[in-house]
Amino acid sequence: MCLAVPGRVLEIEERDATRMAKVDFGGVVKDVCLEYVPDMRVGDYAIVHVGFALQRLDEESAKQTLELFENLGVLEEEFGDAWGKAARDAGAERPSGTGLPPTDGVEKEARP
Amino acid sequence: MKYLDEFSDPVLAKRLFDDIRAITTRPWALMEVCGGQTHSIIRHGIDQLLPEEIELIHGPGCPVCVTPLEIIDKALEIASRPDVIFCSFGDMLRVPGSGRDLFKVKSEGADVRVVYSPLDALKIAQENPDRQVVFFGIGFETTAPPNAMTVYQAKKLGISNFSLLVSHVRVPPAIDAIMRSPDCRVQGFLAAGHVCTVMGMAEYPELAEEHGVPIVVTGFEPLDILEGIRRAVRQLEAGEHTVENAYPRAVQAEGSPAAKAMLADVFEVTDRAWRGIGMIPASGWRLSPKYRAYDAEHRFSVTGIDTQESTVCRSGEVLQGFIKPNECAAFGKECTPRNPLGATMVSSEGACAAYYLYRRLETPDKEASSVG
Repeated sequence: MCLAVPGRVLEIEERDATRMAKVDFGGVVKDVCLEYVPDMRVGDYAIVHVGFALQRLDEESAKQTLELFENLGVLEEEFGDAWGKAARDAGAERPSGTGLPPTDGVEKEARP
Repeated sequence: MKYLDEFSDPVLAKRLFDDIRAITTRPWALMEVCGGQTHSIIRHGIDQLLPEEIELIHGPGCPVCVTPLEIIDKALEIASRPDVIFCSFGDMLRVPGSGRDLFKVKSEGADVRVVYSPLDALKIAQENPDRQVVFFGIGFETTAPPNAMTVYQAKKLGISNFSLLVSHVRVPPAIDAIMRSPDCRVQGFLAAGHVCTVMGMAEYPELAEEHGVPIVVTGFEPLDILEGIRRAVRQLEAGEHTVENAYPRAVQAEGSPAAKAMLADVFEVTDRAWRGIGMIPASGWRLSPKYRAYDAEHRFSVTGIDTQESTVCRSGEVLQGFIKPNECAAFGKECTPRNPLGATMVSSEGACAAYYLYRRLETPDKEASSVG
């Protein structure tokens, strides 16, 4: 959760009087709050941390960073199957109530 | 040059390495503050490709690592309550408290949920009005504004069954504490880029001046890190100690005014204990009186926690740059990602985990060699 990940704004809406967006992180789409960078527009790239856009970023930098983070395993860490990872790390069974057995990738688990 | 083809732009990387080599005339010790930078450095072998004179010391910039044991134990106690839905980021699941972790508590039947964003926890609170929903609010200046906004939203929307277990920490007081230590060897800092995206650079000139250290705001990509090192070494060789921004595409001098305003409204500065390091004055945030009703520690009266740190783990010394992870006797032996003694091994952003993952083992054992 430490790193902020670049993503592209797909659509923007007001929700509970808060500016929210759907943001695409290399195939994983998440809800993101735009209140800290209120002038973001559809198609812009932003640095996003735990569901909040923190700063605008140019497209080329965003794409390079996304590629690096994918190679470093950051995207899996950020959007992947946390219970599955914890279970593997612990050498234990996934606790009940945490979803289906481990999946094979980020995308399947994290897409809404 | 070994590993060089792994850089996104090997030609530019070689030029930066050559520049650094050309300007380096004597030994320098630089600390990269952020755990994300540590991983990038180890993954790409930057520390091994630099001139021998330059030593990179890994800093305390992993929020999972520095969250104090007492707060973990409080989290475990709150999460165990039957009326509570406890929400956390996934990387806290296996951070050891005094004997157990959130993963184990969940296995025992507690309602622990992993969320991507604190706003997800707030949504769970809206959907479960008869339960208490607690979000584990840890992290540095990058994570504090999202958590602050979530508490602000809870108050605005009148959601009373939501609270925050707060353990936020601030980087500048940690830099100050590191420099004040009599054992400190750090001569320059690569400051954490995304912390500065929020806070800007205003807190650093005083530190650079007082301690006579260059502070270069640095990103996470290998080329960013090389540029940060190049600038820090250039200053050191010239006898300078100023603040520079080597990550201008993400960091503006004033930071994020909207995020800073929200922080000032929802939080107030407080003394904070750092796991493995101890109390650092003014190094943390807690909820301001206006939002105290959303403080999980007050709501659940978690007191009388008897914490028990590992007597073997040396993660505090790793976090302060006194030792490298593989200088700890337990590293890769009784302490591994599967059986972590300290948070620097369990957190994927921890220096010990980075050394283990990328096989920086002096004497690789059987278990270590099976990793990766």
